[in-house]
Amino acid sequence: MESLKYNLDVTPLRELNQFLHSNPSELDGKTIEISNPNGAHNIAVGLKADVNVTIQGHAGYYAAGMNQIAHVVIEGSAGSGVAENMMSGRVHVKGFASNAAGATSQGGLLIIDGDAGLRCAIALKGADVVVGGSVGSFTAFMAQAGNLVVLGNAGDALGDSIYEANIFVRGSVKSLGSDCIEKPMDEERRQILVDLLAKSGHASISPECFKRFGSARTLYNFKVDNAGAY
Amino acid sequence: MNDVANKVNSDAKTVEHHIPQTLPRFSATFDPHTMAEIRRAAATGIYDIRGAGSKRKLPHFDDLLFLGASVSRYPLEGYREKCGTDVVLGTRYAKKPIYLKTPVTIAGMSFGSLSGPAKEALGRGATAAGTSTTTGDGGMTPEERGHSTMLVYQYLPSRYGMNPDDLRKADAIEVVIGQGAKPGGGGMLFGQKITERVAKMRCLPVGVDQRSSCRHPDWTGPDDLEIKIAEIREITDWEKPIYVKIGATRPYFDVALAVKAGADVVVLDGMQGGTAATQEVFIEHVGIPILAAIRPAVKALQDLGVYRNGKNSVQLIVSGGIRNGADVAKAIALGADAVAIGTAALIALGDNEPHLEAEYNKLGTTAGAYDDWHLGQDPAGITTQDPELMKRLDPVAAGHRLANYISVMTMEAQVVARACGKSHLHNLEPEDLVALTVEASAMAKVPLAGTDWIPGVSKY
Repeated sequence: MESLKYNLDVTPLRELNQFLHSNPSELDGKTIEISNPNGAHNIAVGLKADVNVTIQGHAGYYAAGMNQIAHVVIEGSAGSGVAENMMSGRVHVKGFASNAAGATSQGGLLIIDGDAGLRCAIALKGADVVVGGSVGSFTAFMAQAGNLVVLGNAGDALGDSIYEANIFVRGSVKSLGSDCIEKPMDEERRQILVDLLAKSGHASISPECFKRFGSARTLYNFKVDNAGAY
Repeated sequence: MNDVANKVNSDAKTVEHHIPQTLPRFSATFDPHTMAEIRRAAATGIYDIRGAGSKRKLPHFDDLLFLGASVSRYPLEGYREKCGTDVVLGTRYAKKPIYLKTPVTIAGMSFGSLSGPAKEALGRGATAAGTSTTTGDGGMTPEERGHSTMLVYQYLPSRYGMNPDDLRKADAIEVVIGQGAKPGGGGMLFGQKITERVAKMRCLPVGVDQRSSCRHPDWTGPDDLEIKIAEIREITDWEKPIYVKIGATRPYFDVALAVKAGADVVVLDGMQGGTAATQEVFIEHVGIPILAAIRPAVKALQDLGVYRNGKNSVQLIVSGGIRNGADVAKAIALGADAVAIGTAALIALGDNEPHLEAEYNKLGTTAGAYDDWHLGQDPAGITTQDPELMKRLDPVAAGHRLANYISVMTMEAQVVARACGKSHLHNLEPEDLVALTVEASAMAKVPLAGTDWIPGVSKY
């Protein structure tokens, strides 16, 4: 497999991203290694080709933002909004992720080996997110669809105003947000969880250790009696 | 008092004479509208929600007049001497700026709040007139992209239907911070309008009440906005102009921060700007009229050196109650580069038409006052997702009406500009204007007619 190396100490980010937006036929199957990212924002955003991109260090905001098809590995930690609005493909953060990881993502798989900050998977729209560590407060706020797996603990207001997304947490949950409740682990959800654990390198962890959370659906249509919940 | 006086008089059986009666008098404070709202609130326990913008009387462009030319100024010949109307938007950073034949653009209105035929008509009308139209919450539809030569793609807090492929298909991208009808408020679309297609585009269950967020999910504050704008530029390879839309509140500071964050164009929407669905209290009591917002916005651009400064310019689009060519010319004279119309465009398509009076009556309202756009029962087929109702709007004929209307507005603005001796609409300036009221004079910073007084600027 052909491997291309970009050193962000030498090559401007614009030039790298422009190359990554080349015609997919020129990129498909390639591996691209990016050294010295040094926390730069917007690395490898808007990809739409079957490429493997490795960021050899820490990335700033919106790394792999709006990803389509590509596989991106961040060997360090990621700033706010990693893989925001991802459509497909896979983004793997080996370190920690800051706020709004996977925000509004519609497809694909985001794996975070460490902890994630506030508002992880906010407004999730169909993607899968697996966090090896813990997540901060307001995680999965207004999450519409998709699945979030947390191997550690969750902060305050988990799943506030959630729609049809599934949340699986192995550790403790500090508090649940409005309209978010614990739900029974049915076979369909159990299978989703088993698959995601396998895909994210956690096949050895038993799905039995997880609790499932989702929407009580009491806020789907406005009722005056629920006004206090808003 | 009168009752007591009458009683005393009749008891005393004094001289009979006519006692004047007072007329029934409504309170200016507790007027019939206010009392009806108190009764409605008491009966339902929920605030009133409606569409459109502020309906109260506000200081507006009607409070300004053009001086025209005379001995001291030289006019242009109406039909023989050119008066340019073209606009270029997005010169600062975009590789592909937007070129418009007229400064009248179509404001963002969503598919979902509007029917498919209405969105198609807006695209057709705008394209025929040589101007741009804008998506809204809920994403881009193929009909809309197909019928719009120049389409601005809104990037909203909810990110409903946000798709990088559509971002690449857009001609410009508008990061929406807020709108004039509800600065600081999020979107609303109620169950009646969340049909299968709308639900699929927004990734929501069919029939739920959609209350979308008022803040973006992955950035907070102007420093983050700068990185967000840079992300969108990177994804689109710096081709497309990036607009930032704000509701008029603190225009000087908000415009300055939008420029600092990297906007190519600032869209400034006053409180008369419409909404698909918002609380009445929000529409009428939050934000400022567009008349009061333009000069501070222009001042911010001037202070930052990006006002009509060649390639390094940030253009200003203003909206909120633009109705005719005089409004267009006045907005431009105060410093705007272009305007946007929303409510006026819907009226041109056929909203609130008198021939539908019987149907408006059935909905408890009257033609011209219908504003329950959120309920999805629009007899004109515009603010609805009902397949039967939307059939009533012919997108070709409605698009033609919109194109006519934009053309009339553009010609009217030219009439005024030529009278002021200007060979391009952009040569209009505040010096061409005077105010009819002290309030308008202070807000627009042009002198009260017949004086050289501008409250807050010069001494009377």
